[in-house]
Amino acid sequence: MEAYTVLLVVIPLISAPLTALIANRHVAWGLSLLVGAATFVIALMLLQDVITGRVIHYELGGWKPPWGIEYVIDALNALVAVIVTAFALLSVLFGRQSVEREVHDSQLHLFYAAFQLVLLGLLGMALTGDIFNLFVFLEISSLSSYALIAMGHKRQALVASFNYLIAGTLGATFFLLGIGFLYAASGTLNMADIASRFEQYDAMALVITALLFILIGLALKAAAFPLHSWLPDAYTQAPSMVTVFLASTSTKVAVYVLIRCLYHVFPQEYWSQLLLPSFLLLSGCLGMLYGSYKAIQQDSIKRLLAYSSVAQLGYMIVGIGLNNETGLTATVVHMFNHAITKGALFMAAGMVFYRMHTTSLHQLRGAGKTMPWTTGAFVIGGLSLIGVPGTAGFISKWYLLQAALENNNYLVVASLLIASIMAIMYVWKIIEALYFDGEEKLHLHQVPSGQDIVAAMPLATLCCYLLVAACIYFGLYTDLSLDAAKTAAQSLFAGGPAR
Amino acid sequence: MWIANLPPFVVFFVFALFAPVLKGRLRALLLLAPVWGGLNLAMTAADSGGVTWQFTDLILDLYYVDRLSLLFGYLFHIAAFIALIYSLHVKDSVQQVSGLLYAGSALGAVFAGDMLTVFIFWELLAVTSAFLIWARRTPEAIRAANRYVVIQVLSGVLMLTGVVMLYQQTGTLRLAYIGLEGTAAWLIFIALGIKCAFPFFHTWLTDAYPLATPTGTLYLSAFTTKVAIYLLARTFPGEPLLIYIGAAMTCFPIFYAVIENDLRKVLAYSLINQLGFMVCGIGVGTALALNGAVAHAFNDVIFKGLLFMTMGAVLTRVGHVNGSDLGGLYKTMPRTTVFCLVGAASISAFPLFSGFVSKSMVMAALLEQDQLIVWLMLLFASAGVFHHAGIKIPFFAFFAHDSGLRPKEAPLNMQLAMAIGAILCIAIGVHPEWLYGLLPWQNDYSPYDMTHTLTQLQLLFFSALAFVWLNKQGLYPPELRSVNIDVEWFYRRLLPASGNRVVNTLVNARSAFRQNVRIIADQFARRSTPMPTGTVTILTRRMAWVFIALMLLVIGSLLL
Repeated sequence: MEAYTVLLVVIPLISAPLTALIANRHVAWGLSLLVGAATFVIALMLLQDVITGRVIHYELGGWKPPWGIEYVIDALNALVAVIVTAFALLSVLFGRQSVEREVHDSQLHLFYAAFQLVLLGLLGMALTGDIFNLFVFLEISSLSSYALIAMGHKRQALVASFNYLIAGTLGATFFLLGIGFLYAASGTLNMADIASRFEQYDAMALVITALLFILIGLALKAAAFPLHSWLPDAYTQAPSMVTVFLASTSTKVAVYVLIRCLYHVFPQEYWSQLLLPSFLLLSGCLGMLYGSYKAIQQDSIKRLLAYSSVAQLGYMIVGIGLNNETGLTATVVHMFNHAITKGALFMAAGMVFYRMHTTSLHQLRGAGKTMPWTTGAFVIGGLSLIGVPGTAGFISKWYLLQAALENNNYLVVASLLIASIMAIMYVWKIIEALYFDGEEKLHLHQVPSGQDIVAAMPLATLCCYLLVAACIYFGLYTDLSLDAAKTAAQSLFAGGPAR
Repeated sequence: MWIANLPPFVVFFVFALFAPVLKGRLRALLLLAPVWGGLNLAMTAADSGGVTWQFTDLILDLYYVDRLSLLFGYLFHIAAFIALIYSLHVKDSVQQVSGLLYAGSALGAVFAGDMLTVFIFWELLAVTSAFLIWARRTPEAIRAANRYVVIQVLSGVLMLTGVVMLYQQTGTLRLAYIGLEGTAAWLIFIALGIKCAFPFFHTWLTDAYPLATPTGTLYLSAFTTKVAIYLLARTFPGEPLLIYIGAAMTCFPIFYAVIENDLRKVLAYSLINQLGFMVCGIGVGTALALNGAVAHAFNDVIFKGLLFMTMGAVLTRVGHVNGSDLGGLYKTMPRTTVFCLVGAASISAFPLFSGFVSKSMVMAALLEQDQLIVWLMLLFASAGVFHHAGIKIPFFAFFAHDSGLRPKEAPLNMQLAMAIGAILCIAIGVHPEWLYGLLPWQNDYSPYDMTHTLTQLQLLFFSALAFVWLNKQGLYPPELRSVNIDVEWFYRRLLPASGNRVVNTLVNARSAFRQNVRIIADQFARRSTPMPTGTVTILTRRMAWVFIALMLLVIGSLLL
């Protein structure tokens, strides 16, 4: 079983250059699909293996850990790997039609190659147990995602991508500096090794600086509140498939790395005495409120959902900041649930864009009649976003609320509740426009000539409804998602994966 | 044929799945949901219950049966049956689906054995019912529905917080007596209070109910508030505060109802007034009072539903229900008029009509407890009910001056639904023991004794006299085309106005700040190289600020 681990990284690594070299869009799509399917199966097998609490160690090239790079897989990153690969598979299936319309034909093979590289980077970040290796993968995924976003159909995509590039590079630099400081203090790059000898150097001021540098770098990648400004533009301008994939995976992986660093690199007792938990709580709470507030004001569905992502990331940050096991469970389970929910919603938004050539709520009034299935997906996904019982979103809200009350942190409770009321406002805004406002004649000049405005996307609809069904399924049967989250939170609180 | 241990909401949810497919006459199949569900409940209730659902690490009790939940269970089946007949002609499948889901959620909440299940259905009630208002599809209705849903969800989140806190304090989620002590209990109390339309929390009701579709209002009037009453009776019986809240609820709507022109809004106010009697009964908390409260809830669903149905029929045929522009409809809608009169007689508690047998229980219980002042308030309220619901509604709609409107009689299915409601009103009034047999607590009350009947008749005749006299003298508030706003003023006028002011102030402050910054920046710029512009700089500057903040944090952490 252990030997399969490395395949998760190797498969996309081999396939990406192939895709770029063959330069045929059908082959490119087929290869991406194959990569997605293969990695998904492997990730599922891994998760099944570790969900009970077992930890897999894989030494890359046979080098012993403190010197060589090792991959450490426990319940937490197996779950992350499953999320990433599942969404890679789904978005490739989803994107078959929409990508061909949104991306220029000559770039299609490069698009899919870059997509596989993002997948590679995200998987690598999830699996590696070496902090410098993590930085390398972070850069791989970031650089290729800049390229993906820049391939959006509008010229603004270039600006959005450039902004993301600047922000992302700054974040990566911060992260790298942090690693450098940590290396200077500890003399090692292996996460477990850093953690195990932490008492020897924890008094150094360098260490706390390293912690904060790493934190700020990751917060930027995760779009935590004051550092979120790249996200709405990037998600709005990227091709639909990229939005689906990045929205449901990339920020989640960054949150995962944040958790990994906070629990497995720096001991929890170390940072919880600092101001850090309150800092995280503040950032999370403000993020929830600010993101929801901005979401209410948006007119474009994609942008609205992007701001809602900022708010939902606030939930995850708060879960970490609460600094108890329930809170961590909530964060991990919300990573999973939010990925499903946002994936479904962005897919629906992508289908709307594909067929109507607009995502402006203003121009989509009354679309519920022409696209009943797509708008139905909006309703159910939206309910899950709000956290209505019976949907996946409720599970996370329930645990987060419990965690906040365990700490008697009423500020968090209040902002959580206000944020859910605001969530209902922005979700209702979509539903109202789609179903109950008077019908708007679609502006035909927005549709390029020779294209049918209402064209079916059977495969995409199928993917979208798969996720919608998952929203409900994981709201009722929580075995898989919650067990993994609980095992992960327990092992994190027990202090590192057993060697 | 009968399935034991089938939670009643399942039936409704399953039928809701099929509702969009059934067109035309096939829609009558939907009636099977309440009929089969109700019979199933009646046949298997004795050995049902204890259906659980493993939800994360909690075990939810989805089907908890005792006499209290059973009474509300039967009631909701009857209400859903009537409402489905009434809406058979409706082609809009949104209404059919959400109506069924809504009724199902109410049943789920009533048969819930623990607080979390209650909360789950509480949220579903809010979401599903909002669609019944939206379905009217007028701009006012949409806005009202948006306000409605926000308030309902507010109630939901308050309840969720209360439930989680209670769970952490007591370690159990069992739905049982809570008692008004501690933050958790207060949160739950307020959450229930919002749905139960306590004074100052009532505005969503009078705001949204009159704007729903004709059939939607019927559903709405039956379920949301009654679920809240049921939960109050379970969790806060005998809470003295409820007596006073209830008394206030019976009195204040009267004044608004009398001046209101939209007749469905009049009924919405009178709904709050009737809820007041129930809340009062729960507050007293003796077996008689609680019996009275739930019996009144039972009757209220039917007679208030009947009145809403008659107004819905008028709305369907005429297009509006403004008292000022109606009148003389009895000529072409005779049957609707008769049904309306039956409903009016029931709500005014005429002897031999259903309102009489339950309202008197609450009143008698108050006297037993020597709550004389509250008793007098309720007596005043009874007279007021007769005025605005018993006389005003039928008088201005069907009699009064002839408006010249000659609408057709209501559709056949509406008439059938109204007939069922009217028959039930009279049947319960004549044979109160049928209802009394279902009551959850020990009951030996008999409504038809000499003093009680006489008191009620005197009260009714004198208030009728007052109405006639006031009307002849021209003192009775005339029906004016006006919009009356009560407590909603706070969030429909004050909040936007003050919100705008705050936003304006902030915007002004921001522009002033920016101007100052620009001046300072200009001065700097004159001294040094010109300020670079563009996204890169902005981002870098932002990062620099974050960096400085972080360094401050580092220093702070090191010092502390």
